Amino acid sequence: MRVVVDLARCQGYGQCVFLAPEVFSMDGEEALFYDLGPDEAQRTKVLRAAAACPVQALQVEGKDVEPGRASHDEAREDRAADRGSDRVFLRSGRVVVVGASLAGLRGAEMLRAEGFEGSLTVIGDEPYEPYDRPPLSKQVLAGRIPADGTALPRLRDIAATWRLGTAATGLDMMAKRVLLADGQEVPFDRLLIATGVRARPWPDEDEAALEGVISVRTRDDGARLRELVAAGPRRVLIIGAGFAGSEAASVCRSLGLPVTVVEAGDAPLVGALGSVVGRIAAGLQREHGVDLRCGVTVTSLDGDPAGRLRRAHLSDGSVLDVDVAVAALGGIRNVEWLRGSGLAAGVWGVACDAGCRAFDVNGLVTDDVFVAGDVARAPHPLFGYEFLALEHWGNAVAEAEIAAHNMVHAETGRWPHLAVPEFWSSQFGVNIKSVGVPSLADEVVVTQGSVESRRFVAAYGFQGRIIGAVSFDHALWLDFYKDLIEEAAPFPPAFPMVGGDGMRATPAGFPAPSVPTHDATVVVTGHEPSERRAAYVRQRRDASPTPLRAFRQAQPRKPG
Amino acid sequence: MAEAGVFEQILDHSHRADPYPLYAELRRTPVARQPDGSYVVSTYRHVAALLHDPRLSSDLRSEEERAAPGQRPSMLRLDPPDHDRVRRLTMRHFGPPHTPARVDGMYDELAETVSRLVDDFAGREQVDVVDDFAYPFPVAVICKLLGVPREDEPRFSRWVDVLVGATDPNGELKDTNPAVVQAIIDFRGYLAGLVATHRKEPGEDLLSALATDAGPEGRLGDDELLGQAMLLLIAGHETTVNLIAHGVLTLLRHPDVLQRLREDPELSIRLVEELLRYEPSVQMIPWRRALADIELGGTTIPSGSVVTLVLAAGDRDPDAFRDPDRFDPDRQSEHLSFGGGPHFCFGAPLARLETQLALTEFARRVENPRLVADPPPYRPSPVLRGPLHLPVRLDGVAPAARRVARPAPEMVRQRTPAEEDVHARG
Repeated sequence: MRVVVDLARCQGYGQCVFLAPEVFSMDGEEALFYDLGPDEAQRTKVLRAAAACPVQALQVEGKDVEPGRASHDEAREDRAADRGSDRVFLRSGRVVVVGASLAGLRGAEMLRAEGFEGSLTVIGDEPYEPYDRPPLSKQVLAGRIPADGTALPRLRDIAATWRLGTAATGLDMMAKRVLLADGQEVPFDRLLIATGVRARPWPDEDEAALEGVISVRTRDDGARLRELVAAGPRRVLIIGAGFAGSEAASVCRSLGLPVTVVEAGDAPLVGALGSVVGRIAAGLQREHGVDLRCGVTVTSLDGDPAGRLRRAHLSDGSVLDVDVAVAALGGIRNVEWLRGSGLAAGVWGVACDAGCRAFDVNGLVTDDVFVAGDVARAPHPLFGYEFLALEHWGNAVAEAEIAAHNMVHAETGRWPHLAVPEFWSSQFGVNIKSVGVPSLADEVVVTQGSVESRRFVAAYGFQGRIIGAVSFDHALWLDFYKDLIEEAAPFPPAFPMVGGDGMRATPAGFPAPSVPTHDATVVVTGHEPSERRAAYVRQRRDASPTPLRAFRQAQPRKPG
Repeated sequence: MAEAGVFEQILDHSHRADPYPLYAELRRTPVARQPDGSYVVSTYRHVAALLHDPRLSSDLRSEEERAAPGQRPSMLRLDPPDHDRVRRLTMRHFGPPHTPARVDGMYDELAETVSRLVDDFAGREQVDVVDDFAYPFPVAVICKLLGVPREDEPRFSRWVDVLVGATDPNGELKDTNPAVVQAIIDFRGYLAGLVATHRKEPGEDLLSALATDAGPEGRLGDDELLGQAMLLLIAGHETTVNLIAHGVLTLLRHPDVLQRLREDPELSIRLVEELLRYEPSVQMIPWRRALADIELGGTTIPSGSVVTLVLAAGDRDPDAFRDPDRFDPDRQSEHLSFGGGPHFCFGAPLARLETQLALTEFARRVENPRLVADPPPYRPSPVLRGPLHLPVRLDGVAPAARRVARPAPEMVRQRTPAEEDVHARG
């Protein structure tokens, strides 16, 4: 059977561990590890665990229920067909989903849940059916579950045509066709773009080709890295202390391997959480025996004649004997296939409105093209209508469901994507969770718990308003902060709280926008006004769509 | 004030059998000020929010009481960080992360115990589901788990009844009542004796583990340990008794569901969740206090106010559950019945497993069960609500499923008439 846990919802109550201890376990006090493909013999226990979850975060295949809250119930009653939607499209339309990962799968499922009966094609560049990525740097790396044991549960039958192992290479908006790497074309009436992000490779191609140099993004990466680690390397080098890098370091340490983490910034997780909380994460790493070097970069990697990685040269002048180097350098959005399509797609993702409808390069919203998941950038009213591209598990699900819903609903029945962003990471036995967008903050304050015990909540403020919160093993308090963020409550919070000792706010210590940090979890518009990178190309009315040049228009479009 | 009147009626025993229409009325004022200055919160979203609100304290002691030596409250009445430490130290021996398999490992024994209780129905035309089934089962389980001699039940049940009675905001038994004070002293004295015995000769039980813990964070202070032991013994069975009794009652009121459960034991899993929502054993949490002004639903709860969270009203809120007054075991819900936040029910997994097993065994083996009285008589407390008795007629008992060979548990004792009297007066 297949199980997945929405760990953004999980608050660490541990009810699943009590009821199915062979399937679920705690790593530390709050972080959950689990087997995504438990044996059928565990079925009753897993059902007990799923029913008992206080936040209903467990999704079990074939349980014939939908995940989440009341909104899904409403969705069923609020059937598209009854809301003035295009009945012909609902019955016999053609939807193509490009991207066969979490967002693509959940989007396809939602389409069916919403009553779409037409043809559905799901295109994916990897040869595998949709699988869950977060376990690759945790349970899979630890050897608790195999890389091919990460398939996502199917929450309903989607009756789709799967085109797996074939990348989409182009989009013809005029003819409404997706072009595939094998030369075929797939026509659509409506399109969902969910092509996500790929790992940023080690920049030197020859060095990147050495055996032992690897990223962690795909199932194949996960399987290979596990093999490398299981072979007992002399030392593992982690390049980049973002979430993926820190998690990999944590697992390697738990396996007893010597680990060096090299981070260009001044602390781990600095891009997402700032240096105040980043320094706490640094303490965690060092306590667990990680050789953590901040403000340092890897200058080159050496191999032996057989092409195996042997050494790494660091900017602090040191040379390390390493057999494995994990390049955890963040991601690159998969937008190249959209070049020339006329959509507003660029390095920050594909821009869309709050209803996941794609914009074209002129800032016009499209009718039939939707975007979801890591590759989507949508304006968020809670954060100054900044276009946020969020690489978060829960965001992928939420956007996919909203895109699918809006794809089959007439204007008045559409949903906006307004959810407060949430993400999690587990490392060194600590469950780190975040709500809001801490990386937009200027100040931070520890409001509950204590830093010494590594159990605390830190609230983040921007210009006197609370904008985010991060917990270390304190997840069950975060919903309260989520409400404060939604209300744009004053920062710092000026009221007594249980477990609080009234610490003062300090600068949060986010790097300046021009400083690259590995593995950012949020990308905002990102431009300083002085930094005008895109040229405005006036377009003749009869012209075919221009190449991607006017991505960020400096002036409004004038008629004629 | 109309809404205060509603809450008073809820507390009144005459409405104990079916308080739900009054809860519906109560929800019309989601945050209702009472004549005594306290606030009653009844809608799902507001109750759920307050369960996770760090501006709400569970520690109602005055500064002086807190500074005074002796009698430390259980984790139920403590705030973080004390609460978290006490809970962590207690959890070390009961559940994850250190003892994840304890409750799951009790499964066979639970099944055995409940099966023998149904065996004892054989040859009887009528049983009291409370006294003969819903009560002895969790009592036997919690005694075994804690290491409390089962034969001491008549002793501690008196104290339990007095203390449960003290949760009744309407009753005469307040915390300061001499009977309550004496019950606490006697109860703690009894438990102190047990702890001393277990420390000398530790067994596999929870009290032994807590009394001899040598973990990295140290162990609970003796005074803390007694507070915990008292809480675990009371909460470890009292609420489960009510849940199982309400489960049987609800099944007999919904014969279609009873029939489905007979055919599909797995239904018990979702059914118990729905039962928790539909008939919560803990109807309300009356001991929270605002540490700051809390603006909620258009009302400001002033700092210092005592706040009652009516879980049972939230669980029937039509804004959170479609057709909330319908018992629907296919429903998937995030009910409030085990609370939420740091005080989430400590023993929830055990209560779930016990109730799933009890209802499945009852449905499968008891032939043609019929209610003798509907509604049954109810116990006094509006906080810990449950039937006093649940007489059920039956035509016979089907044989037990094949059982793992195991020594028979001790005979389950009936309450004596005198105990019954204490219980009824509660």
